Amino acid sequence: MVDLRTNLAGITSPNPFWLASAPPTNSGYQVQRAFEAGWGGAVWKTLGDPILNVSSRFAAVSFNGQRIAGFNNIELITDRPLEVNLKEIAETKKRFPNHTIVASLMVEPNQDKWHEIVKQVEAVGVDGLELNFGCPHGMAERGMGSASGQIPELVEKQTYWVKEVAQTPVIVKLTPNITDITITAEAAVKGGANAVSMINTINSLAGVDIDSWNTIPHVAGKGAHGGYCGPAVKPIALNMVADCARNPLIHVPISGMGGVSDWKNAVEFMLMGASNVQVCTAAMHHGFRIVEDMIDGLSNYLEEKGLFSVSELVGRSVQKYSDWGDLDLNHKVVARINTDTCINCNKCHIACEDTSHQCIDMLKDPAGNKYLQVREEDCVGCNLCSIVCPVDGAIDMVELQTELPRMSWNERQAIISGIDKTVKA
Amino acid sequence: MNLDLKSRINNNLERNFQEVENGLSAQEALEEASRCLYCYDAPCIEACPTGIDIPSFIKKIASGNLKGSARTIMMENPVGASCSRVCPTEELCEGSCVLNHSTKPIMIGNLQRYATDWAIKNEQALFKAGQKNGKSVAIIGGGPAGLSAARELALLGYKVTIFEAEKEAGGLNTYGIVSFRLPQSVSFWEVEQVQSLDVEIRTNTRVGVDIQPKDLVDNYDAVVLAIGMATVPYLGIEGEEVEGVLDAIDFVKATKSNPLSDQYIGKRVAVIGAGNTAIDAATCSVRLGAESVSIVYRRTAEEMTAYPFEFEFAKQEGVEFRWLTAPKRILLDEKENIKSLECVKMDLGEASEDGRRRPVVVDRSEFLLDVDIVIRAIGQSRYINLIKQFGLNHKDGVVTIDQETFQTSNESVFACGDVIFGKGQGEAMVVSAAQQGKLVAYQIHKKTSELASETV
Repeated sequence: MVDLRTNLAGITSPNPFWLASAPPTNSGYQVQRAFEAGWGGAVWKTLGDPILNVSSRFAAVSFNGQRIAGFNNIELITDRPLEVNLKEIAETKKRFPNHTIVASLMVEPNQDKWHEIVKQVEAVGVDGLELNFGCPHGMAERGMGSASGQIPELVEKQTYWVKEVAQTPVIVKLTPNITDITITAEAAVKGGANAVSMINTINSLAGVDIDSWNTIPHVAGKGAHGGYCGPAVKPIALNMVADCARNPLIHVPISGMGGVSDWKNAVEFMLMGASNVQVCTAAMHHGFRIVEDMIDGLSNYLEEKGLFSVSELVGRSVQKYSDWGDLDLNHKVVARINTDTCINCNKCHIACEDTSHQCIDMLKDPAGNKYLQVREEDCVGCNLCSIVCPVDGAIDMVELQTELPRMSWNERQAIISGIDKTVKA
Repeated sequence: MNLDLKSRINNNLERNFQEVENGLSAQEALEEASRCLYCYDAPCIEACPTGIDIPSFIKKIASGNLKGSARTIMMENPVGASCSRVCPTEELCEGSCVLNHSTKPIMIGNLQRYATDWAIKNEQALFKAGQKNGKSVAIIGGGPAGLSAARELALLGYKVTIFEAEKEAGGLNTYGIVSFRLPQSVSFWEVEQVQSLDVEIRTNTRVGVDIQPKDLVDNYDAVVLAIGMATVPYLGIEGEEVEGVLDAIDFVKATKSNPLSDQYIGKRVAVIGAGNTAIDAATCSVRLGAESVSIVYRRTAEEMTAYPFEFEFAKQEGVEFRWLTAPKRILLDEKENIKSLECVKMDLGEASEDGRRRPVVVDRSEFLLDVDIVIRAIGQSRYINLIKQFGLNHKDGVVTIDQETFQTSNESVFACGDVIFGKGQGEAMVVSAAQQGKLVAYQIHKKTSELASETV
């Protein structure tokens, strides 16, 4: 058996699958059901001064008939009294001592407020704290959530205040609604964060009803921006995790989230530097039972790869992620179409012809059978044809051997500036 | 739906004649439409005799543009709603779908039905007549070919008059295909679509009787002969003159134009022949409450002209197939009621001119089939008299045309549809008739345009 236990800055968990702070972790009843289903941990829905919620809160984006490609919400933090949440956290922790409970916190940027809430939640036995500097809607209008998470100084200062009293590890949850997430991640580290988690939701408007012209969702004919999550945001989240993972100044563990829907997504996040993952939308789509396949699939994958522990995955792809200037300009791949597998839908042809480099020809063999062929000399290796191809194995991107040595843009520029200097000298 | 006799009769017969297949639900249509690859230069378009831009109409279903989808279909095929139900799609569009090579083909027929059903339900007028060009065309026959020609000509600005012998236009789609496969309302909608383009349809008007061919040729700039085919010929066997021997075309037509008859309940029926109409007559008999229904065919399943899906449907309906069996005579009782059908076993010999193996009688293989009703479904005869009245060249009633211009031996008379099908010419499908109608319209337009430019 492979070892799925994880350790995020001292917070241990039976497996890397946590439920993110969100509607699924709103109550003791839910979190206990989740632990029964197998989730390793749960970040309790954000505690703070109880708020009022609106009715009509969620919306989703369907794509080609597929439900929930992306998910949008305008629900705020917990709307239940703090004492109720604390009581249920204590009960849950007592029933599931080996599972992880992290308390998500959000209060005004005020030292006393932070001190007070940290002490209250640690008193009931949470395993760690996650500071919610990320929610983009509602609370941000009151100076909390992403409003403070977008200002590096506020991130640093509030983290520092928490660390002044915290006995358990502190995770800072970052907002993606910022140009460069490493700036706020660094601020969190400077403030003393033991870990960072990302991404919170992205500012979004799910849609406009083209019949009523109302926003989706709307509250009595009025809408406000929400937070976007689900499968559609995964590439954005993965890039942000990777950017933090490869930044030497952000030398704390990362809890990754944003569109994680299955064990494969989890593996990707961990390869890119996440020590564990947090999930919400997939559970909201299918229920807590999805964790069974996440655990099973991950275990089988690790066994197949000959790994004994999930921790061996963490960060293994980070060094492969770099800047464009470091990419080899002399590397060459071209598309090759396997006519035996190709079903002749011609999507590659039209995609290349109309929108790329016009190098896939529609031809006929002497018997009159249609086939497609790439003019390799004109192919730039953009991958578009293989992306639009609906049949696995019909188009391969093949590496061509070149005589030329590896040369990146940065290396090229260094050589040119060297020549310039020599010439000038 | 495989109904046993009891439930068939207990059900009222009307219900047996409601459309068997349910259309796709909105959800099913969306999912299926989303599965379409939207091929470029798609083979399904090429496989459709009318060249419907199938990927486009499917994409429009997926995007929620149902009016556009229906228009894309009906633009190329003026009887596209009927064709969505009666086309042998597995031999045409769906048979050529590239997904046959990877997963499973798109349900093109069902999606076509979904889009056209939407247009029918929402009473959409999809086209507008073109500006009148002062030319007039008479079309004889309001079936698929005639309607199609009329629609195209109306779009091009011609004043079109259809002369229809029956009470309603629509031809085969209105009278010749069983209601549980093609409800009459669908055909009527297609007729209305054509009528809405200022096309006049003179029903109950039989050319050659009510109006003379010469009048049409003299008074219109062009005449389109789209008269289809006539009754089922006699079998040429003893005893077939009695009342219990029916013409399959009339038999099916009666179920579409009259209240359903209860006289077939409990009867034993033999249908002679194994083409499309034979299947329709056989399944109609089942749904009219017949106790047993046999198809008697002198060749084998290999040679029959019914489509595989029709064959499958008939089997599911409980129709019995007696291959290599030919009718020899009909035995009657003293009241001239049919007692039985004497049959003889056949063997397949050498291939004949049409490539199909010729059936040969097996000596002393006679046997009796106890039946009450015999239905002839061995093809259709031709309106030779009318063709003669027009003075057109023909081969056994198959009107001779110039393959390119669709002109008959009288250059102002064009022909399309079943009237030109046969003797190695054309196709018998509704969809082919629709395409020929379009082509005839374009040829007429080409001819009149050329004449116009010559006179200038």
